Amino acid sequence: MMSGPRVRGTRITTKSHEQLELMRRSGRIHAAAVARLREAVEPGISTAELDRIAEALIREAGGEPSFKGYQGFPATICSQVNDVVVHGIPSEDEVLEEGDIFGADLGVIWQGWHSDGAFTVGVGEIDEESARLIRVTRGSLDRALEQVASGNTIRDIARAVQTHVEAAGFSVVRALVGHGIGSRMHEPPQVPNFVDKQGRGVYDTILAPGMTLAIEPMVNAGGHEVVQDADGWKVRTRDGSRSAHFEHTVAVTEDGCWILTAP
Amino acid sequence: MAKKQTTQKKGPKMIRVLGTVSEKLPDAVFKVELENGHELLAHVCGKIRMKYIRIMPGDKVTVEISPYDLTRGRIVWLHK
Repeated sequence: MMSGPRVRGTRITTKSHEQLELMRRSGRIHAAAVARLREAVEPGISTAELDRIAEALIREAGGEPSFKGYQGFPATICSQVNDVVVHGIPSEDEVLEEGDIFGADLGVIWQGWHSDGAFTVGVGEIDEESARLIRVTRGSLDRALEQVASGNTIRDIARAVQTHVEAAGFSVVRALVGHGIGSRMHEPPQVPNFVDKQGRGVYDTILAPGMTLAIEPMVNAGGHEVVQDADGWKVRTRDGSRSAHFEHTVAVTEDGCWILTAP
Repeated sequence: MAKKQTTQKKGPKMIRVLGTVSEKLPDAVFKVELENGHELLAHVCGKIRMKYIRIMPGDKVTVEISPYDLTRGRIVWLHK
């Protein structure tokens, strides 16, 4: 934690074309794993099994899982079921049932370059409200990506997510934010998904070509508060409502956005 | 993996106290005796200087003090 009023976060780095190409390669591995992992989600499967599948997919494509061992996190994916927002630890006992919503956040590192991405999907048939939650969350990410362009600010991204989500009657998680990414998993700047009225710090950051961000709206069906679980990792909604999460790693370009984790 | 939002800590706020000017020192610095009996050195803040407001011994003033040093303050308001 930095101290003193003048000390700001370290400088935001930009990546050269060559470096972005490498990040894209990392992102392709990520995208391939995500595509196949989605298909494996079905009632009856345990989150630990999905975790193993994800790890195998990543390694098979030539990458390494970046979450495993990161600050002690024990698995390849964060498994988020229903009211779990983020950072759930996969387990053999956690078995998906028809009607659940399952979210997975995974990270890949390849030749030193990180990719971070997430998706939420229904298990079997799900109710209309959950389907809407997932749709809106995915939509909020799309709105956010529309704002990613040289010259825009982080406030533009945050505003886009927040207005889309709140128009649907859902709430944006505030305690957790997106982040810069590159040779480290978490780099400055922080990318909130909501606009803080007091506008602290980061919102006026102007996006410049070469910046790489992991944008990850987290949306709750109920209120925005979240609580940390006893295991030290899992984060749940305080009111028990369901939560969805989508994430892409993107690079800012002169005229827009390059989705590095696109399929 | 999402990141927990962190913000810079603001630190403790300045304290505002009422006092009476007891002595005038050079360079717009005054000894001020506070309501609670403490005496400290306070300089005149820029806003007051900009308006050419004079401060003299006997005036009632509001002094802003930092919790980090209670012997120095800043005069921020002259009361009628």
